[in-house]
Amino acid sequence: MLDFARNHFELFGLPARYALDAQALDAAYRALQRTVHPDRHAASDDATRRLALQAAARVNEAYRTLGDPVERARYLLGLRGVDAFDETDTSLDVGFLERQLERRERAAEATDARDEAALDALLREVRDDAKAIESTLGELLDAQAPTAAARARVRELKFLDKLAGDLDEMLAKVT
Amino acid sequence: MALLQISEPDEAPPKRPRRRAIGIDLGTTNSLVASVRDDGIAVVLPDDEGRPLVPSIVHYGEGGIEVGHDAVKAQIVDPHNTLVSVKRFMGRGLADLSDARRFPYRFVDGPGMVRVTTRAGDKSPVEVSAEILRALRLRAEAQLGGPVDAAVVTVPAYFDDAQRQATKDAAKLAGLPLLRLLNEPTAAAVAYGLDHGVEGIYAVYDLGGGTFDISVLKLTRGVFEVLATHGDTALGGDDFDHRVFCWILEAAKVPPPSAEDSRLLLMRSRDAKEMLTGHESAPIVATLSTGQRIDLSLTAKVFCEITHNLVEKTLAPVRRALRDAGLKPGDLDGVVLVGGATRMREIRRAVATYFGQAPLTNLDPDEVVALGAAMQANALAGNRAKDEDWLLLDVIPLSLGVETIGGLAEKIVPRNATIPITRAQEFTTWRDGQTAMAIHVVQGERERVDDCRSLARFELRGIPPMVAGAARIRVTFQVDADGLLSVSAREQTTGVEASIAVKPSYGLGDAEIARMLRESFDHAADDMRSRALAEARVDADHVAMATDGALAADGDLLTQDERAAIDAALGRLRALREGNDADALRLAVDALNRATEAFASRRMDRGVRQALSGRAIDTLA
Repeated sequence: MLDFARNHFELFGLPARYALDAQALDAAYRALQRTVHPDRHAASDDATRRLALQAAARVNEAYRTLGDPVERARYLLGLRGVDAFDETDTSLDVGFLERQLERRERAAEATDARDEAALDALLREVRDDAKAIESTLGELLDAQAPTAAARARVRELKFLDKLAGDLDEMLAKVT
Repeated sequence: MALLQISEPDEAPPKRPRRRAIGIDLGTTNSLVASVRDDGIAVVLPDDEGRPLVPSIVHYGEGGIEVGHDAVKAQIVDPHNTLVSVKRFMGRGLADLSDARRFPYRFVDGPGMVRVTTRAGDKSPVEVSAEILRALRLRAEAQLGGPVDAAVVTVPAYFDDAQRQATKDAAKLAGLPLLRLLNEPTAAAVAYGLDHGVEGIYAVYDLGGGTFDISVLKLTRGVFEVLATHGDTALGGDDFDHRVFCWILEAAKVPPPSAEDSRLLLMRSRDAKEMLTGHESAPIVATLSTGQRIDLSLTAKVFCEITHNLVEKTLAPVRRALRDAGLKPGDLDGVVLVGGATRMREIRRAVATYFGQAPLTNLDPDEVVALGAAMQANALAGNRAKDEDWLLLDVIPLSLGVETIGGLAEKIVPRNATIPITRAQEFTTWRDGQTAMAIHVVQGERERVDDCRSLARFELRGIPPMVAGAARIRVTFQVDADGLLSVSAREQTTGVEASIAVKPSYGLGDAEIARMLRESFDHAADDMRSRALAEARVDADHVAMATDGALAADGDLLTQDERAAIDAALGRLRALREGNDADALRLAVDALNRATEAFASRRMDRGVRQALSGRAIDTLA
């Protein structure tokens, strides 16, 4: 069976880094699915088909995790024994929170006014912020810096992700 | 001891005989069966008169069951016993059918799924669909010269678990060796993509007789990856017919018509709709049983007005699918139209306007799904040629979750997740000393479970009494490559387990399927026995062939003892294959499967290592 002890990076034969070569990940993913996907084993015996189902599900999970900026950071922290979303510590930087709350208010106003351009601008702002955090995260995680700072950034990134998703919803309603 | 077979180092493993593989498009209005010929070309298998389509109509007549063209006329003279568009009722209860009164049927709310009362008894949509599938199987067997070895049946991408399970049950009832349920737009993408060798991002806009799907796919070097899918399983060409029908009633001041007259006018409505794809107006002429004569002309302009909001209704799912895929309308390399209803000019116009490009129409929108299904069946059956190295990665259309306190749905598998997928989530007890937990599995996007589809309820019992919040119950969802769900729950501290393949609320029970199978063989016991034996033999041949192939390719992974055990199991299987004992043969198949379990695991491991090693990563894609 696919060695379940291997971590997601090892599974794809990629270095365990936050700054990831997306094309290499895609290529490795497709190569693995070509091998393990249940469709490649439909004419095989029961045991092989069962294994193929488990292996393909594992490969999909690994691909989804590494392909997502929040999940990848969370996973790397997990490999270092840190739970980024441990419920006993859910604090966020006060300045950061204030900025997002202010954005939410602007978003609500823009939605009421059906102001598509304003929502669009907000969404771009949030995405730019997210990109900046991603690059900071890359530096922190790949330099093996102490985990506390990276942990704080992942949580902010997740927050922005949610905000971007909500803005997207509002935008869909307005247009 | 059996002699080891050793092949020449460069020799291919023993060549398998080509297996008879078919793809079936089970449509709301029409169904088709297709197969890949020896020369690798997929073709639709027509009937004796050269007609490729089978109208999806089943007539329970005085003299027996008629299917397809033979049943067309009966819908006017015997509407209560002539079932059309049953695909709309698959996996649906009476409460789900907002348009039930549109049909001239006597519905009965059976357990899990609606039934229709006919002169042959109450029929579930599964049984009716099975009649259509059986007719297609027989057609294929007659033309391919023997029993079908492998079948793929297509379903709308937006079908939920209950509808998929119902389709799978129908295939079983029809005696089809079903290897996979395949999403219709994905099947179309395969047929189109393989035919034209295209790469890039494509949308498939599939408007059938009763269902609408939109799928967005990325085609990269033979991998068809569905990025997002959306749709409406109660929106199709039928609805356009119905708009015309309502227009006729109003324009000709027809009092509420009988079931017979309704059917007649609906057929005239469809004729008019089809005529308008190439003309500016269509005559509608009919004489009703009341003696009233209808003589109208429907113009393209009026048709456009009365159906405008149906066209609009397809665009909402299109927008959502693009949003889920993170794309804008202009990002697509092409838009493929599928389904007979996409022949309508307003559909083509709306699609072209939305995407900013003319849709691709250089394939037959009626046939492309069946052709793609045939290609997939051929590949799954192991017939694929060496250079045909393609793969489908599909998604689940609707989120899956469980009910939590307060009637809220907690999502466990998000929509548009690539399948197969396994996801687990932990829950805990909310009362002190709670020893059982009811798990309610739902599917849908809404927050409240009441607004989602209920798929199953089961209970995990025997949780040791603990204070509230101490128990750790892990609920695991597994969705297979057919998009079908199974759920298990396990209390982590004690290992108490409960699991379920999702079926009970909406599917048919195994006992019910067994009963229908018996009935469909007219209680002929001999027939049943010979069928059981034939099926066991097909299974046995299948497993023996798979094992031979595996031994030839990777026999070096086995120790001498392991090899001997497999050879012995294979030998017993081959001996029993020549006898007449179906049960013994089944046991031998199981034994061989058990004997090869560790071997299968090592082979998979080797495959994975080979996939990633020895080649530079950039050559892998």
